Amino acid sequence: MPEVLSKLRSKLPSGRTVVFGIPFIWLLLFFLLPFALVLKISFSSALIAVPPYQPVFSYINETLNIVLNFGNYLFLASDSLYVAAYWGSVKIAFISTLVCLLIGYPMAYAIARAPLQLQLVLLLLIMLPSWTSFLIRVYAWMGILGNQGLLNNFLLWLGVIKEPLRMMNTNFAVVLGIVYAYLPFMILPLYANLVKLDTSLLEAASDLGSRTLNTFWKITLPLSKGGIIAGSMLVFIPAVGEFVIPELLGGPDTLMIGKVLWEEFFNNRDWPVASALAIVMLLLLIIPITLFHRYQSKELEKNG
Amino acid sequence: MAKLLKIRFSTLMLILGLLFLYVPMIILVIYSFNSSRLVTVWAGFSTHWYAELFRDQQLLSAVWMSLRIAFYSASMAVCLGTLAAFVMTRFSRFRGRTMLSSMITAPLVMPEVITGLSLLLLFVHMAQVVGWPADRGMATIWIAHTTFCSAYVAVVVSSRLRELDLSIEEAAMDLGATPFKTFFLITLPMIAPALISGWLLAFTLSLDDLVIASFVSGPGATTLPMVVFSSVRLGVSPKINALATLIILAVSIVAFLAWFWMRRAEEKRRQPVQE
Repeated sequence: MPEVLSKLRSKLPSGRTVVFGIPFIWLLLFFLLPFALVLKISFSSALIAVPPYQPVFSYINETLNIVLNFGNYLFLASDSLYVAAYWGSVKIAFISTLVCLLIGYPMAYAIARAPLQLQLVLLLLIMLPSWTSFLIRVYAWMGILGNQGLLNNFLLWLGVIKEPLRMMNTNFAVVLGIVYAYLPFMILPLYANLVKLDTSLLEAASDLGSRTLNTFWKITLPLSKGGIIAGSMLVFIPAVGEFVIPELLGGPDTLMIGKVLWEEFFNNRDWPVASALAIVMLLLLIIPITLFHRYQSKELEKNG
Repeated sequence: MAKLLKIRFSTLMLILGLLFLYVPMIILVIYSFNSSRLVTVWAGFSTHWYAELFRDQQLLSAVWMSLRIAFYSASMAVCLGTLAAFVMTRFSRFRGRTMLSSMITAPLVMPEVITGLSLLLLFVHMAQVVGWPADRGMATIWIAHTTFCSAYVAVVVSSRLRELDLSIEEAAMDLGATPFKTFFLITLPMIAPALISGWLLAFTLSLDDLVIASFVSGPGATTLPMVVFSSVRLGVSPKINALATLIILAVSIVAFLAWFWMRRAEEKRRQPVQE
């Protein structure tokens, strides 16, 4: 009987394989495979049916038919709307990331230099808003930026402006919303990086007569490169595909690819074009994603 | 002097930044007690909108739906994320390692519209090939949320796993404990705080998601963000302010408890040293 058991056991995968296999298979099935399907559907053509696209592979009369339709990609390239939307997304995401970095870096620096007890409280204060609700945080700005909104009323009351400024439904509002929503994601990796910074290096530099600004440019900034990359990518990449913020705060002239994709999918029910849009967006983002991955896997594998 | 000035600059930025983060939320809370329908004109104190909120059946059932999905997704994400983190930190070289690590980190930054669309296409194909899911709803949202939440859990748990003193685990194994037993008796209790914070993070992420859920949901399952979004799209409404206030209150209480608990744990850890 024990023999049978040990034989059976040798047939079963080892514990190590199971521990590795479960997350691996889950992610393969629900993360990687879906991208292959998006690629496939991007070569299909739209059809009024359920599901609304023509099959790419079909097996009729013992022949495998593969119909690849490059029309969606040609359509994207020929219609200036899509090109403008990609460009608009990258531009808005880039500006937002830069603003986040300019605001977030000094904040992360101040937290990293605060007394230890206070650091935890400050970090909680930074994170707290992002634990509430993304939608509601974007919504908060709708009441502030509107023509009848609080900010306009306040400025009118101060006498700074004579008539309400148009802030809502502009690209300015979109950038503001992205900065507001993503600022914590910029601060956290920067803090994690700056808190590890060896202060004796700064002291040495100052002992050798380096001025504070010089020390910052030559020591602090280069050493925090990893944090800057991670924080910037955490803001830039999701911001390029952002849908909620341009939808709620943006105007008719705000062209962002996430919104366009959403409209192709939900309003026009053109799944193949939506898929092609997603594939091109992924290609655009491949360099930033690789950058982020390289930094993140370094973090994951430290001591590993 | 220059040093003082620089510290002052970053401290000033920190204070301004915190104001920037909190003023809009405080305004939301204040105007939830406004008796006027207009969100921008103050007309007197009232709790009218809270009563209205609790009468909204559609909203309440969406809350219940979202809470259930978030609970199941967070629980599953903690299991998967912990396994993945364990593999990444404890297994040295093996085949598929780079692939696993990229599949863990990519969901952290992947634009939601892409994740949502790709998962929807997967579910449509699965329905064609294996006949499941026949209609999309809670189960499909659960799978989608579990997938992106486990990435966050893996990051939180792996940073804790890396801090752990390996010698304790090694000692247990030297004394004859199986790897399985060592994990459950030694490793698991030590990473429990990270599991709790990972679970809470996954719970809030799932509760908050609009875009992915909109793609993979069917007509039967409407989550809270979907209800809020369709109402917010039409403009500002004091009812949403009341809802926001309740969410902010709940999150603040949990965050305060977490802070209090962490501080006590920290003090306890210090005590034996002082004696």
